[in-house]
Amino acid sequence: MTSVTLESPTMNNMAGDVVVWLKKAVCLLTPFILPGIANAAYNFNFPEPVTPVARETLHVHNEFMLIITILFVVVFAIMIYSMIKHRKSVGHQPTKFTGPSGGLQWFWALVPFAILLFIDFILMGIPAVNALVDMEDTKTRADMVLKVTGMQWKWQYEYPEAGVKFISTLSTPREQISNAEAKGKHYLLEVDNPVVLPVGKKVRILLTSTDVIHTWWVPQFGVKRDAIPGFLRETWVKIEKPGTYRGQCAELCGKDHGFMPVVVHAVTEPEYLAWLEEKKVQAKAAAGGADRTWSSDELMTKGQEVYEKQCAVCHQPNGLGMPPAFPALSGSPIVKGPLLAKDGKILKDSHVDRVLNGKAGTAMQAFRNTLSDVELAAVITYERNSFGNRQGDMIQPAQIKALR
Amino acid sequence: MSSITTHPAGHDTEHHAGYHPGGFARWLTTTNHKDIGTMYLTFSLIMFFVGGLMILAVRAELFQPGLQLMKPEFFNQLIGVHALVMIFAALMPAATGFANWMIPLMIGAPDMALPRLNNWGFWLLPPAAILLTLPFTLALFGVGDGAIATGWTFYAPLSVQGGMGIDFAILSVHILGISSIMGSINIIVTIFNMRAPGMTMMKLPIFAWGWLITAFLLIATLPVLAGAVTMLLTDRHFGTHFFDAAGGGDPILFQHLFWFFGHPEVYILLLPVWGLIPHVLSTFSRKPIYGYKAQVYSFIAIGVLSVIVWAHHILTSGLPIPALIYFMFSTMAISLPLAVLFFCWIATMWKGAMTFETPMLFAIGFIVLFGIAGLTGLILADVAADAQYHHSYFVVAHFHYALFAGGIMGVMTGVYYWLPKWTGHMYSETLGKWHFWLTVVSFNLTFIPQFFLGLAGMPRRIPDYALQFAEFNAISTIGAFILGISQLLFAWNVWACVRGGRKATGRVWEGAEGLEWELPSPPPYHSWEIQPQVK
Repeated sequence: MTSVTLESPTMNNMAGDVVVWLKKAVCLLTPFILPGIANAAYNFNFPEPVTPVARETLHVHNEFMLIITILFVVVFAIMIYSMIKHRKSVGHQPTKFTGPSGGLQWFWALVPFAILLFIDFILMGIPAVNALVDMEDTKTRADMVLKVTGMQWKWQYEYPEAGVKFISTLSTPREQISNAEAKGKHYLLEVDNPVVLPVGKKVRILLTSTDVIHTWWVPQFGVKRDAIPGFLRETWVKIEKPGTYRGQCAELCGKDHGFMPVVVHAVTEPEYLAWLEEKKVQAKAAAGGADRTWSSDELMTKGQEVYEKQCAVCHQPNGLGMPPAFPALSGSPIVKGPLLAKDGKILKDSHVDRVLNGKAGTAMQAFRNTLSDVELAAVITYERNSFGNRQGDMIQPAQIKALR
Repeated sequence: MSSITTHPAGHDTEHHAGYHPGGFARWLTTTNHKDIGTMYLTFSLIMFFVGGLMILAVRAELFQPGLQLMKPEFFNQLIGVHALVMIFAALMPAATGFANWMIPLMIGAPDMALPRLNNWGFWLLPPAAILLTLPFTLALFGVGDGAIATGWTFYAPLSVQGGMGIDFAILSVHILGISSIMGSINIIVTIFNMRAPGMTMMKLPIFAWGWLITAFLLIATLPVLAGAVTMLLTDRHFGTHFFDAAGGGDPILFQHLFWFFGHPEVYILLLPVWGLIPHVLSTFSRKPIYGYKAQVYSFIAIGVLSVIVWAHHILTSGLPIPALIYFMFSTMAISLPLAVLFFCWIATMWKGAMTFETPMLFAIGFIVLFGIAGLTGLILADVAADAQYHHSYFVVAHFHYALFAGGIMGVMTGVYYWLPKWTGHMYSETLGKWHFWLTVVSFNLTFIPQFFLGLAGMPRRIPDYALQFAEFNAISTIGAFILGISQLLFAWNVWACVRGGRKATGRVWEGAEGLEWELPSPPPYHSWEIQPQVK
C-alpha cells in the first residue's frame, strides 16, 4: 500500500450536497478496516470541473445521485419496516391479498408508478436533454480546432490552422512500472509532449484513429469521445482555468491500453501563442535537417532515441520483440532484406515499406504521417545496424523525402 | 403432443424399460430432465470457480500500482475470458439447469418436450468451454499468443488485429449459441404443450413465465451475435471489410450488432431469477404472490424494451442527437416495469409472516443490491453524465451489482430453495447463513470502492493505474478475495447436502405452494407420469 499523500483534484463540495456526505459516511468506516491507509486521499465524486460541460455534468450527476439515494432509502425503509413488523417470530398472521382491491389500494399502487414517471421523464429527463444538446454543440462559435488521432499507444495532436503537429507518449520510465524504481507523483499520467490549449477559447476537437478504437478522456473536462479509425468524431472544450489536466485512453485498445495518458496544459492566450510559435520553429528546424546529408553516427544516435520512444514498446528495447504478435527485429528477414529497389523506389514488403506504410490487420502502423523524414531515416538506419543486424547501409532523410 | 398430455396411467411401464447404462455412460446418454438439470448445475458451479480464479488473479495484479504478476497482454486475456466464462458458462447454464429440473415438476409434465435435444444442448457446453480456454494452454507450448484479449465485447478492429484466441472464442460462442437456442426451443415447446390439464397460461408458475420470456429473447438475439462474429471471422480471414472503413465498412456497425444481442443478454440472465424470487418471497412470507399479472406483464414489457435500447452501451461513440435522446428515454422507460416488479416483491412480503432461512436472506439481499444496480442503471442512461461514467470503473461496479448481486445471488437463492427438493436432504442452515453474510459484506467491500474509482476517473480494463486510485483498489482486492473464498462454503454446503443430511419432507418449507412440492423429496426418477389436475 502506498502511503504517499497525493495531490488530488479537489473534491467538489457543493453546499448541502447530501449525496457526497452520505457516501463519505459510508467510507469513513474504511480506515477501521485498513488502518494503514487512514491518511490517504479519497475522492468520492467527480474531480473539480473546469469546463462548462463538466460543471453541468457534475450538476446533473449530483442531482441524480440525490434522487436515487432518496428512492433507495424510501423503498428499503418500507421493506425493512415490513421485515421487522411482519415476521413469524413476533406472531404476525399472514394476510391473503394478491393485488390491489378497491380504489384506495389502486391509488397506493399507482402512486409510485406516477412518481417514477415524473422522475424519469421530467425531473431527470429535461436537465439531461439540456446538458446533452449543449455537449453536442461543437460547431457554434468555435475559436479553434484541435485534431486528435489515437494510435497504438500514443496520441497525435494537430493544430490544422497553425500547421503544427506532434506525438504525445507516456514518459513514465519503464523501471517505475516494473517496480524497480519509486513511482513519481504523476505515475502513468505524464507525457513527453503535452497538448497545450488556451483558456477561455472554445476548442472544437476532431477525433480519429489510425488503427483500433481509442477513447479520449479528460475527467475534469467532462469530455469522453471515441476515436474511430476511418471516421471523424467531434467534441469541444472551453477550459476556464489554467492548469495541467490529466486523463487516459478509456477504450481497450490492445496491450498498452493502460499506458497512453492524455495531458493538457491550459495556459493564457499569450502563452499559448508563444508556445505555438516555438513549436513552428522546432518543426521548421526538423524539416530543414532533411536536406543535408547525415553521418552514420548522427543517424544512429537519433535513431536510437526514436526507436526507444516509438518502437520499443512492441519490438522491445533489445529488438527481440514478443512473438508471435510482435516479431523480433533482430535477425528479421525483412530488416536483412534489401534497402530499396534497384530503381530507387520502395520495394514491396521491404523494411522501408513496413516502417512507412505499416502492415494492415496488425498493430504495425504506418509511420509516414507521424514521423519526420529525419526520424524515419534515423530509425530505419538504426534498426538495420543494431540488435546483431549488421547491414552496414544507411538511408538519408532526403531519400525518405523523395519517396513520400 | 396430446398423446403425451393425456397419457393414460397404464402406459408408464414402457418408460422404465430399455437401456440403462451406469457410470459415465449414464450421464452421456441420459435424456432425463433431472439428470440433465444436475449436469447443467454442476457444470455451472465448476465454471463459476474457473471464472472466479481468473478474476482473482486480475484483482491480485490490481492490488497495488505497478505491474507485479503479469504482462498487460495476459491481463487483457483474463478479463475477457472471465466475462465470457461467467456469462455463458456459469450464469446461463445455471438458469438452464433450474429450468430443466423445475419446469417439468412445476407444470406437471413428465419430462421436457424434446429430451434428446436436451441432452445434446448440454453436451455442447464442455467442448465450447474447452475451446474458450484452450488458447491459454496452447500459449504455454508456444502455439499462438493466448486467449481472446479484446474483452468479452470482441470490438472490431481490435479483434481483427488479434491472435488466434479470437478465432477460438468465435467458434466457442457459436457452439454456446446453438446450445442456448436448442435449450430455448425446448423450454418454449414444453411450456406451451405440456402443462397439466387446467393450468392456463395465467396460472403458470411465475418462474416458468420468466424463463419463457428469456427463451424468446435468446431466439431473437443470439442469431444476431452469431452473424456479427461470423462477419468478424470473414474480416479476419477472408478479406471482407464489414468493419473496416478502408473497404467501406464501419467499426461502429459491430458495436450495434453486438449490443443488439448484448443488452437483451442482461435480461436473458436476469429474467429466470426474477421469476424465482416471487416464489421464495411468497414461501417465506407465507402469503401468496402479490401482483402475479402485473409481474407477468412487466416481464413482457421488459422483454420488448430490452431489444430497442442497445445503443446506450455506445453513447460515447458519436451518435447523432436524436438517437442519443431516443436511447436515453427508452432506457429510462425500463425503470417503469422494473419498479412494478420491486413494488410487487415488497408487497409480497408486506403483512406476511416472515422467517429468514438462507433462501429468504439471499432473496432479500438480491432485492436490495439489485436495487442499487437498477438505480445506477437509471443514471447511466443519462447521456451527459454517461460521458463521465462510460468505460470507467463506475460501469464495472454497476454491472456487477446487476450480474453478481442480481444474477449469481439469484441463482444461489434458487439453489438453497430447491436443493432439499433435489437431494432429499436439508443443507446446513448455519453454513448457509455464514455464506450469505460473508458474500454480502465482501461483495460490497469489493464493488462500492469501484463506484468511487469510476467517479474519480479510473478507466476499466487497465492493468496498472495512477497513484490516486491505489487505496480503493487495495480495498476492492481484499473484498474480492474474501468474496472468492466465501464461495467455497457454498460448494461445501452443496456437496455435503448431496451426500446426506437431515431428511427433507416433500413440502420442505412450511409456506411452499405449487405442484413441485406435492412430490416427495427427492422426486422419483420419473415424475408426473400421470398428469395432475389443476383447478
